[in-house]
Amino acid sequence: MNRPANESEYLAGLVPASAGRHGFSRRSMLRGSLLAAGIPALLAACGNGGGSGNGGGGGGGQVTLGSNFSDAVPLKTMNAMVADAQKKKGISIKLNTVDHTTFQNNINNYLQGSPDDVFAWFAGYRMQFFAAQGLASDISDVWSTIGADYTDAFKKASTGEDGKQYFVPTTYGPWAVFYRKSLWQEKGYQAPKTLDEMKTLSTQMQKDGLVPLAFADKEGWPAMGTFDQLNMRINGYQFHIDLMAGKESWTDQKVKTVFDTWKGLLPFHQTDSLGRTWQEAATGVVNKTSGMMVIGSFIGQQFEAADQEDIDFFNFPEVDSAIGADAVEAPIDGFMMSKRPRNEDGAKKLLEYLGSPDDGVVQTTNDPSGIAANTKSDKSHYTELQKKCADFVASAKSISQFMDRDTRPDFASTVMIPSLQSFIQNPNDIDGLCTQIENQKKSIFTS
Amino acid sequence: MSSPDLPLVAPQTAHPAPSAGSHKGSGKKQRVRRLTGRDRVAVILMVAVPTLVVVGLIWLPAIASVLLSFTNWNGVGSLADVKVVGVENYTNVFTNYPPFKPAVEHNLLWLVVMFVVATPLGILFAVLIDKELKGSRFYQTALYLPVVLSLALVGFIWQLMYSRDQGLINAVLGTQIDFYGDPKWNIWAALFATCWKQVGYVMLLYLAGLKGVDGSLKEAAQMDGANQVQTFFRIVFPVMRPINIIVLVITVIESLRAFDLVWVINQGRNGLELIATLVTANIVGEASRIGFGSALATIMLVISLVFISIYLWVVMREDER
Repeated sequence: MNRPANESEYLAGLVPASAGRHGFSRRSMLRGSLLAAGIPALLAACGNGGGSGNGGGGGGGQVTLGSNFSDAVPLKTMNAMVADAQKKKGISIKLNTVDHTTFQNNINNYLQGSPDDVFAWFAGYRMQFFAAQGLASDISDVWSTIGADYTDAFKKASTGEDGKQYFVPTTYGPWAVFYRKSLWQEKGYQAPKTLDEMKTLSTQMQKDGLVPLAFADKEGWPAMGTFDQLNMRINGYQFHIDLMAGKESWTDQKVKTVFDTWKGLLPFHQTDSLGRTWQEAATGVVNKTSGMMVIGSFIGQQFEAADQEDIDFFNFPEVDSAIGADAVEAPIDGFMMSKRPRNEDGAKKLLEYLGSPDDGVVQTTNDPSGIAANTKSDKSHYTELQKKCADFVASAKSISQFMDRDTRPDFASTVMIPSLQSFIQNPNDIDGLCTQIENQKKSIFTS
Repeated sequence: MSSPDLPLVAPQTAHPAPSAGSHKGSGKKQRVRRLTGRDRVAVILMVAVPTLVVVGLIWLPAIASVLLSFTNWNGVGSLADVKVVGVENYTNVFTNYPPFKPAVEHNLLWLVVMFVVATPLGILFAVLIDKELKGSRFYQTALYLPVVLSLALVGFIWQLMYSRDQGLINAVLGTQIDFYGDPKWNIWAALFATCWKQVGYVMLLYLAGLKGVDGSLKEAAQMDGANQVQTFFRIVFPVMRPINIIVLVITVIESLRAFDLVWVINQGRNGLELIATLVTANIVGEASRIGFGSALATIMLVISLVFISIYLWVVMREDER
């Protein structure tokens, strides 16, 4: 169930709006269109009214669970989880699945209206933002039950700015450089340890008629992954997190070095990336026309079942030996409780289940592209890739989420997506680009 | 209203209007009172319902957007803790938002292409079909077909033509142009797809107008020795003034409304920025910048108002004549 938050944006781009809308509820569609028409004020006012109305009216043994896992495999996984939770916890659960574009686009109104008791969301800043707005409930008491099963890194990723827990992590998947074992064996390639080795390898791949780095950024977010990796390798984890939190300046020479290094790698990237989706780029890796790809472990979803064992990856290579390569990007998915759940006891029971080792087993069996966040969760059924991913993340010193989860969502979507796209299109004006980003950052972070 | 002195009452209850003078005021009152109860209810409903709809769904949201554009509201929480930031959002739009300038340019380009290419082409097709050449029904249907499709679907259909690796155009030409991804091409690719649809629409409107032109006018022109081109530009075109205005307005409205197609292509980024997509990108989403997005929406409203004012001015002048 490990998928980048913004995959939805990819799907939205692929399917015509009219065709993609069967799954939408009429209400969410109405909301979407009204929002677009520009009456957010009215809507929010209605939403507030609805929320308080529901707060009082409790009762009913049912727990509602809002989910954005609407694709075939994740949906199957959700259904299996719900069935298992009902059995193990003796609660009745109503699963409301919403198409992920709609879910993420309407999250503000959804949470202010009458949200489900428990809803799917992402760890990190993206969770803290809603916790700070008072749109999610403190679930520290759930953590006193499940906490022992989690590492500190996961607890930190589930903690709001006020030091309380708001999130139960279920699965995660690391970002790294993925490739096909068979292709590399055939050509005799070795996983590079440093950036220079990676460049040498890329040159060799070009000689062999391959595209060294499969690359796509039509959706706007995949390129963020490459920026994150380079920034963490060049400037270290702490600088990256501070930069994302708006504490460091984008005009800093350190940031310019990141873009400059990336510029040096661009000739090895697949061209015309702005018109290509990550799935199309991943197809190049699957078909052995591209050598490797900086992407999350969810790339596994693009491979046939028979080829799953042929997927391998290596850590994004070291750039500066003083910084090393021990920071890993591994976005965590999980669940939160809405601010006034109708069935609070049931909701907490459900969250306890979601934080239990059992849930980890159900999820990772049904969808082998994710790894259970719960350390006690049984790993004997893991594929080779899952085992390797789990070890990889376990050995990391620090874990970042992803650019759009580590920074303000409005900054990520309205500033970074256009900026990274314009960099890919014209990598020569780095100074101008950094100044533009910094100016916009100031106006957004101070508002 | 062509006959302004028609009384505002049902004919069977109409009384001769009192003679002009000091009784005029009370006379009016009496006339209204003479409407039957049902008529009055009907009149009140016919006035009240549309007024409520217009005020509630158009005026209030529009005013709310304008007001919100002076705040930094992020869409969460009550309106009480909204901070008023003055014109900061507008300053940011103009000085600190790189996609804004291309968006305005693209909107203008859209308008120009619609005006210079799509509309004249639609008119030309209408005139040709009006000649009732052989198979004109077929051409009419073929040209009108795209109009039935939603722009989102049009975008998808053209994706099949434009696709870099699997598209028809690249396959036929043997090229590898990334029509939707390359900012040098994608605005033109989108415009072509829009024109494909718009031409049929203009054609149909114009055709309807042409059918209404009195044939004797054209005959008279021919008698006077005018050729086809002269007949069209000197006689038919001026006679069709009302239709011309409608076509003009539709061209402008469609250009400002341009949204669905580019949103389907790449959500209005990377060479396809339009003001409408920027509004959506800022307002719809998780941590929405409602204030900033509203400022963009207000700018769009102002631009639209300019065209609406021109239109109303022309139409009202028409009525006075």
